[in-house]
Amino acid sequence: MTAVSKHTAIEQGLALATATSINEAEQTRAREAWSQRQWPTRKTEAWKYTPVKAIADGNFIAAATALPNTEGLAAIYSIDQLNALDLVFVDGQFQTGLSADLNTLPTGLVITPLADASEEVRSKYFNKAAGEHATLFGELNTAATVEGFVVEVAKNADIQQPVHIVNVSTQANACMATARVLWIQELGSRATLVEHFTSREGATVLTNSITEFFVGENAQCNHYRLHLESEENLHVGGVYSHVQKNARLNSFYLAMGANLQRVDVVTQFEGEGGEAVNNGVYLPRHNQLTDFHTCIEHKVPHCNSNEIFRGIIGDSARAVFNGRIHIHKDAQKTLAELSNKNLLTSEKAEVNTKPELEIYADDVRCAHGATIAKIDPLAMYYLRSRGISKEEAQVILSFGFINELIEQLGNEAIITYLRPVIAGRFAKDTALAQHLLTPIDGH
Amino acid sequence: MLKIENLQASVAEKTILKGLNLTINPGEVHAIMGPNGAGKSTLGHVLAGRDGYEVTGGSVSFEDKNLLELECEERAREGLFLAFQYPVEIPGVSNMEFLKASVDAIRAHRKLPALNAVDFMKKAREACKSVDLDQQFLKRGVNEGFSGGEKKRNELMQMILLEPKLAILDETDSGLDIDALQVVANGVNALRSPDRSFIVVTHYQRLLDYIVPDFVHVLADGKIVKSGDKSLALELEEKGYGWLEGGAA
Repeated sequence: MTAVSKHTAIEQGLALATATSINEAEQTRAREAWSQRQWPTRKTEAWKYTPVKAIADGNFIAAATALPNTEGLAAIYSIDQLNALDLVFVDGQFQTGLSADLNTLPTGLVITPLADASEEVRSKYFNKAAGEHATLFGELNTAATVEGFVVEVAKNADIQQPVHIVNVSTQANACMATARVLWIQELGSRATLVEHFTSREGATVLTNSITEFFVGENAQCNHYRLHLESEENLHVGGVYSHVQKNARLNSFYLAMGANLQRVDVVTQFEGEGGEAVNNGVYLPRHNQLTDFHTCIEHKVPHCNSNEIFRGIIGDSARAVFNGRIHIHKDAQKTLAELSNKNLLTSEKAEVNTKPELEIYADDVRCAHGATIAKIDPLAMYYLRSRGISKEEAQVILSFGFINELIEQLGNEAIITYLRPVIAGRFAKDTALAQHLLTPIDGH
Repeated sequence: MLKIENLQASVAEKTILKGLNLTINPGEVHAIMGPNGAGKSTLGHVLAGRDGYEVTGGSVSFEDKNLLELECEERAREGLFLAFQYPVEIPGVSNMEFLKASVDAIRAHRKLPALNAVDFMKKAREACKSVDLDQQFLKRGVNEGFSGGEKKRNELMQMILLEPKLAILDETDSGLDIDALQVVANGVNALRSPDRSFIVVTHYQRLLDYIVPDFVHVLADGKIVKSGDKSLALELEEKGYGWLEGGAA
């Protein structure tokens, strides 16, 4: 199969040319770029360890527009005590019936389908953070977007209820679901976004999702992105952010889902005094492949970025982590730290990690590092010498490796939701996770 | 309680224990002293069942069971406890979760009912108090960022909670000031009972002023080369180990 025919196969399946309703010029350009750009191969640096054969050979079609069976769906994605405003998409199609009433949102919060957004919003924001950094699949997303939402948080609004954008994959006939979010926060506002990708058993969906953040001056955004689809699905996605003066973006990524998952994260400081925290945990097992490509663009002085990604790779799974810090010429007094630690729990597990530091300013403080290790035999011995079985010790030590990042999440409901989900990944027998999940003394 | 006969063991293909004999009866406290490299810590790890510590000869029976056939965790459940010379730091695992997992495993093995969270916390707090360890340490990562003395007290706190039949204290006194040493000794003395035994490995006679042993042994070059009562410790402090047969300087 040649490079061109791979493009064409997907295009035919998706009837791509029709999607121009959001921003005609940009979508036409993206459509063109998608057709022109080369399909990634092992020689493409950014895809060196991430073969996209499964996508090329997937013969993906557009998702059916018929109303999906939504019975029991809420149980798959509900997060207890989150008290969120749900926006639910099934195979890329918005589900009014499962979602919050957009007419009765808290004051200061406006959520609009992209297609209905003002001309100004669509031309000023759509693809403005992502476009410059788009991967081939990013261009495809831009070209194919017909649904998707704009979330706008007004000046000084403090929105307590998280917005919970749920994407559930359900179809078993290899369709592509395109997800697109524009998140725009005005001056001094505060809001939380929980992006949640999950699936029904048996689904085989390629999700292509892009979220763009525009965090305005002195605003704060808390962002959680949870990849929890079952292992027959595929996911390519990107999160692209513009962080304005004195603004703060806290992001947390959890990757447990999909057979192939690639997420590009680009955080760009647009004004002085910005802060970004990019943390993440990836836990591939079986034959899963997880790939995070992150980049912090320090374009301006006096910004801080802190990034910690930890991975536990089991069975024959593979992980790719490429963390780049790019400090531009004018970005003096930058403080940037990046750490990536990996734990391999099987002889066949593999990780390719590459921290990259590119500095053009001369007065900055940066640190970066990556480690790859196995479970510490001394820690294992210590636990066993106290009567704890090898199997339980393995679960406890695996969880301990990432626990720090979970504990510091700012949202109790999400911590409570994730602890058993994560513990369940390490413990084939639930009894082995009991000491991680039974609360002792309010812990 | 414990009967070690002609025990030989090697680590990384180097023979460390070369025919060690030791018998410990219920309720006894045995001190083991000896020069560096004699095999004192190795003995503790061999008894605890550490991977890589290979027994090449001899036998060890613990409560009439063949100890060497048991996995590391099974030995702990049977009632053997090793207080580590260098307790291991495990960031991300809270001391409390760790202790609960340990207590549950050991109680289950002894066919005792599991402690609920309230009862467990009560016991854990009492154990902390008896070794003068702030309760905040229960919430911290296992030994994470603890000072040397705090680590040693954390070991003793575990010993108190787990109520072992045989406790091996591997240089628990090293690096402690007199006050901390007294706390450690009080912890041990409070646990002394007719059916619980101790092996106290130490470099310093000083500890034995506070934990009075029934027997003192000198371990040199992989063997017990001399045994006596507590006066032997004083003699060793005065003369060193050079005068003993097979002893190093």
